[in-house]
Amino acid sequence: MIIRQLSVFLENRTGRLTELTGILSENGINISAFSIADSTDFGILRMIVGKPELAEHVLRQKGFAVKVTDVICLIVPDKPGSLHHALGILSENDIAIDYMYAFSSAEGRATVVIRTAVPQAAIRVLSQHRLELVQAGDIYQI
Amino acid sequence: MIWNRQYECMEREELRKIQGERLSAMVSRVWNTVPFYRQRLQELGIEPGDIRSMDDLPKLPFTTKQDLRDNYPFGLFTVPQEGIVRLHASSGTTGKPTVVGYTKNDIAMWSEVVARSLTMAGVTQSDIIQVAYGYGLFTGGLGLHYGAETVGASVIPISGGNTKKQLQLMEDFGSTVLACTPSYAAFLGEAIIEEKIQKENIKLKAGIFGAEPWTEGMRTEIERLLGIKAYDIYGLSEIIGPGVSMECRCQTGMHIFEDHFIPEIINPDTGEVLPYGELGELVFTPATKEAMPLIRYRTRDLTRLHAERCQCGRTLVRMEKCVGRTDDMLIIRGVNVFPSQVEAVLLEMSETRPHYLLTVERRHNLDSLEIQVEVDESFFSDEVKELEGLRNKIQSAIGSMLGISSTVRLVEPGTIERSMGKAKRVIDNRTR
Ligand SMILES: [Zn+2]
Repeated sequence: MIIRQLSVFLENRTGRLTELTGILSENGINISAFSIADSTDFGILRMIVGKPELAEHVLRQKGFAVKVTDVICLIVPDKPGSLHHALGILSENDIAIDYMYAFSSAEGRATVVIRTAVPQAAIRVLSQHRLELVQAGDIYQI
Repeated sequence: MIWNRQYECMEREELRKIQGERLSAMVSRVWNTVPFYRQRLQELGIEPGDIRSMDDLPKLPFTTKQDLRDNYPFGLFTVPQEGIVRLHASSGTTGKPTVVGYTKNDIAMWSEVVARSLTMAGVTQSDIIQVAYGYGLFTGGLGLHYGAETVGASVIPISGGNTKKQLQLMEDFGSTVLACTPSYAAFLGEAIIEEKIQKENIKLKAGIFGAEPWTEGMRTEIERLLGIKAYDIYGLSEIIGPGVSMECRCQTGMHIFEDHFIPEIINPDTGEVLPYGELGELVFTPATKEAMPLIRYRTRDLTRLHAERCQCGRTLVRMEKCVGRTDDMLIIRGVNVFPSQVEAVLLEMSETRPHYLLTVERRHNLDSLEIQVEVDESFFSDEVKELEGLRNKIQSAIGSMLGISSTVRLVEPGTIERSMGKAKRVIDNRTR
């Protein structure tokens, strides 16, 4: 249930992001989810892609600094309080979240990407509370 | 082992006396044989009799690279062509090459100082030395060659290039010492791995590297790749070629063969002589040189000298690795800044690699310095606050090294231009 997320260092200059998406598109790599964390002069693109090994390889070849990190993807039903409930479980178990971002899928429910230093522990407590997590196999084919 | 204990371990006072005698004799010699120097000394009201000891050295005028160009090709020679047995030349980046001539005695002296240098690296007649410096007009190849023969080692005069042949002979002949530029040594080290040559077939134990600037980081890398101890040798053709100074086993700077090459450190702006330990431009007076002795030749290399007796027993002064060239020096807000200082900071930090670019701008009459540093993948964190922390750490380390503030900007790997020789490290956008 651990998902491999790719993080790419990007300078804040025009067209750089387009170059990256172009490379992925040429190689038939789908981006399932992404977010950009930025500072004044650089950004970090974090994304979940269909073929992480291939994406890592082609981006490195093109000179990008790429880092692979483990994240978990939590499926949150589209009703009030559901995200609050999930985050409450993590916090009660002292599991700190480094960052998170969300994307919604067609069935009207949201998927939340969560980065924590202890992904296995997060998976354990969330599963104990019957919360749904995305399987690696599912997301890589989205 | 010390090749010439008498001169290399001489008491400094006695050495100074000998230097003074040699200086005095040399000044008389150029007065009588080189019109250029006679005229220059006359302009300053100096006669040969005025130069009697080392105390009189600062009275003498400097010689610059431009003086060599103006007297191209043989204008500074003290002897007629019949006395010259060798000519070398270095290609200038602009205009005419710099020509140097040698008498028979000059070649013998040069062989002697290179023999001293090789001995510092532990080379004896039991060694097989592969000289992969270029042979030809460049002084590297022949300089090492004659010195190695003087020691009695077996010389492989292979010259530079032809990597396959280098590796083949290194294996078949069992070379124990490699002499070349540090970048070629690193290249050969990588080629050994690529060609999957067995480590035990390589018998190298020491390397003698010079003729281009290199860093402690490169030393570690070369030592790891080749399984050797790497030594730094310094020289310039105007003075003699390789063998002006050389590192001993202690590797705490390069011992200058002061009995032949009298060193000084000066303030490059004022010409004032600086005491030991201070950073400035290195100046040499090769007092025993016959064909082309120069008076206070300005090398444009910036370094420091240290005169404390070395652990190895030698009393000769040690010069630090040059921190840069006077030509590379930037003056930012009145402070002297060298790109190599930035490089040193980046090499010292474990999280960065030395790929950087300095950009100087002037806005509202105020100089600003921006330093781009490439993010290295192995240290790339995917959290903004960690990267910002790294950026601030580099910024403060560079700030305390340079003594002025700068803005560090992290850039993508591979974006700063690389080149085999001189990498572009500085963009100065100020109107001069
Ligand atoms: Zn020493």
